[in-house]
Amino acid sequence: MNSFAEFLAMGGYGFYVWTAYGIALVVLLLNVVLPLLQRKQLLRELALKQKREK
Amino acid sequence: MSLVSAFFAIIRRDLILAFRRRAEIANPIFFFIIVVTLFPLGVGANPKLLQAMAPGIIWVSALLAVMLSLDSLFRSDFDDGSLEQMLLSSHPLTVLVFAKIIAHWMVTGLPLLVVAPLLAIFLGLPEQALGTLLLTLVLATPVLSLIGSIGVSLTVGLRRGGMIISLLVLPLYIPVLIFASNAVEMAGNGLAVDAQINILIAIFFMSAVLAPLPAAAALKMSVN
Amino acid sequence: MSIIPAPIVRFYHRTASPPHFYSLANKLLPWLVGIFILLAGAGLYGGLYLAPTDYQQGDSYRIIYIHVPAAWMSLFIYVIMAVMGAISLIWRMKIADVVLISSAPIGASFTFIALVTGSLWGKPMWGTWWVWDARLTSELILLFLYLGVISLYGAIEDKRTASRAVAILALVGVVNIPIIHYSVQWWNTLHQGPTVAKMDKPSIHIDMLIPLLLMATAFKFYYAIAMLQVAKVEILKREQNMQWVKKLVETKA
Repeated sequence: MNSFAEFLAMGGYGFYVWTAYGIALVVLLLNVVLPLLQRKQLLRELALKQKREK
Repeated sequence: MSLVSAFFAIIRRDLILAFRRRAEIANPIFFFIIVVTLFPLGVGANPKLLQAMAPGIIWVSALLAVMLSLDSLFRSDFDDGSLEQMLLSSHPLTVLVFAKIIAHWMVTGLPLLVVAPLLAIFLGLPEQALGTLLLTLVLATPVLSLIGSIGVSLTVGLRRGGMIISLLVLPLYIPVLIFASNAVEMAGNGLAVDAQINILIAIFFMSAVLAPLPAAAALKMSVN
Repeated sequence: MSIIPAPIVRFYHRTASPPHFYSLANKLLPWLVGIFILLAGAGLYGGLYLAPTDYQQGDSYRIIYIHVPAAWMSLFIYVIMAVMGAISLIWRMKIADVVLISSAPIGASFTFIALVTGSLWGKPMWGTWWVWDARLTSELILLFLYLGVISLYGAIEDKRTASRAVAILALVGVVNIPIIHYSVQWWNTLHQGPTVAKMDKPSIHIDMLIPLLLMATAFKFYYAIAMLQVAKVEILKREQNMQWVKKLVETKA
């Protein structure tokens, strides 16, 4: 493997290989990011609720 | 009341109730017939094609028909509170659930045994396969009721459990579909089907022993 | 209960309490992320760069480094869910419920990844996007089982009831998985199409195997990370009226 372009080409299978890795990456990222956002949202809601109760 | 008499009392009661609502019982059978009829209309009336597809068509339609009838297994008992009575009784719930499953099979699976061979002939299934078709139906339709009972008891408390039950139950029906329709296909080609029949027998006994347990546990959960 | 030594019982009850589990998760997460990055980095470098090209499949085989570990994870997570289901039904342990339901979306994601990458691998090998081959078909059925768990949990309003329902369903599913797997394999050998090439056996070289095992281990760590993230949200939701959550909210705000 000589150049970076050759690495990207994956012997002509670049499209399949990189799409596979890309989709996997997106799905795996979503699985971590979505709960993080959800928790932030939930904590904000709970804080608001507690303020109202006081 | 002893356990045995309770067991038969439940079957008798369910059969009497079912007989009173004859129209409702007939629905799954009509559904089965209609679905089978749709296939030639959809894929064309080429006799060779239909003959090749006949085992699959009949078994897929049977799965769907039994699945649609599952709701009646516990629905009325759940609504009128007799399910709670069953839970409170001193008898083990698994046995009572087993009785209900048997009654359900007699009302939905048994009629399929009569109708399916007739439709198989319409689809051009070779006559030598009819015996095997009946045998697979005898062995496998009880399995459909047994496995289905788990799905219904998980969803009986939901007002709209209809769509979910198909998602829960159909994947579990796949082994039955594979072995039963394959046995019929092989028999149509004049081949031996001992292996498939033996596996279906094994599945039958396994589900008869195991399925009432989670079904009973799920009913307890649903009623609370 | 007396058969189990006292320290284990104590450990069990402590980890089983939601606030303790929550803070434990917070402590563990940075370590898990660190190890995951190391393993995944090494695995990807080895798999995409160092490993030699397969003489039959060319570079397309490199999809194996996510396809196969994802397929392994999809089964592994279902088994974990069933074990959690058993624990929750026998000992009524709240945390087991949380772990069970938090694992479901991750398991479904891995199953989805295994399906998509299998299809992307199949296109250059088979010439079509989808072949009803045994592994892809069982993987598809496994996805249905995951979706069943997720939608059943979502459909039942009362989350304590929903947890029990899902625990029962996971146990039923795990008993059925070997039967389904076996029947699909059996079905596949009977109906095998003429064009199907074996895609799961490139003559595996040690330089190919090591990255594969690295990726498989990295995915295990990823699962722990993602599951704990979901579990933290789930715990906060369930315990939102408890004192410790109120304190937590105050310190954060």
